[in-house]
Amino acid sequence: MTATIAYDDVEVGTELPERLFPLRRVDLVRYAGASTDFNPIHWNERAAVEAGLPGVIAHGMLTMATAVRLVTDWLGDPGALVEYGVKFSAPVVVPDGDEPAVVSVRGTVQKKLEDNQVVVNLTARCQGAKVLMAARATVRLP
Amino acid sequence: MPLNQDFVGRSFVSPVPYQVGREHIRQFARAIGDDNPLYHDVEAAKAAGYPDLVAPPTFLIVANPGTLGLPTDDPALGLDYSLVVHGEQRFSLLRPLVAGDELVTTSTLTNIRTVGTNEVLVTTYRYDTTSGEEIAVGTCTLVSRGSAGPRE
Repeated sequence: MTATIAYDDVEVGTELPERLFPLRRVDLVRYAGASTDFNPIHWNERAAVEAGLPGVIAHGMLTMATAVRLVTDWLGDPGALVEYGVKFSAPVVVPDGDEPAVVSVRGTVQKKLEDNQVVVNLTARCQGAKVLMAARATVRLP
Repeated sequence: MPLNQDFVGRSFVSPVPYQVGREHIRQFARAIGDDNPLYHDVEAAKAAGYPDLVAPPTFLIVANPGTLGLPTDDPALGLDYSLVVHGEQRFSLLRPLVAGDELVTTSTLTNIRTVGTNEVLVTTYRYDTTSGEEIAVGTCTLVSRGSAGPRE
């Protein structure tokens, strides 16, 4: 498959516009099942508080999967991704109730490499805190 | 209680190959709220040049032996999983995973270090198919909160 964006058409500094991703408790339970990561801090308030957390927090891997959608949706082809790394800098606290936690993700093309590869910097915030640091995705384009 | 340093350098290999299944890809994609047709529609994936459904990039995490590639249920390691939060994660992919791939995953606990009252575990992953094709590598950093105990 070929991504829908060509290497020659990408410019350093190109912005991938902000998208908002709501996360509710049910989303964490669904992710626990799909990923088989049943750490209770992701679904049990008591366990989260006993572990010293402010409340139930999203799986870091769910935040990581959510953030890279800016890149894979931009390209259409998730197979274009060759490298992806993040640091989890603050927890995404997901409250009990109707109001979701909202993760806001933005991207910027940081640099163009040889071999038709492009590096995209991602930022992800929740309630004002940076929840990901050094989040970078490298893609190979046609 | 501090973690058992004897585990540093040990590798953990999938006891049986991990088979990447269509329904698990769809279930995982739904769980991350991603409706990309290459994750759901076999015909769309084939039209795009793939042999079968493509797995989302972070799907690799479910192919790890144990939880996050560590024997978290082995009392000898001494890890209280409810104290664990994720510090860093990285994947490098030579090609995307597709349904039908059979993976042998090797995770290696490369380091346990103390940072304040926490312990930081670094695990590396290597994903190969059963026919010997290397697909991806990864690195995971976990933080075991408070397990180092009070500082001397």
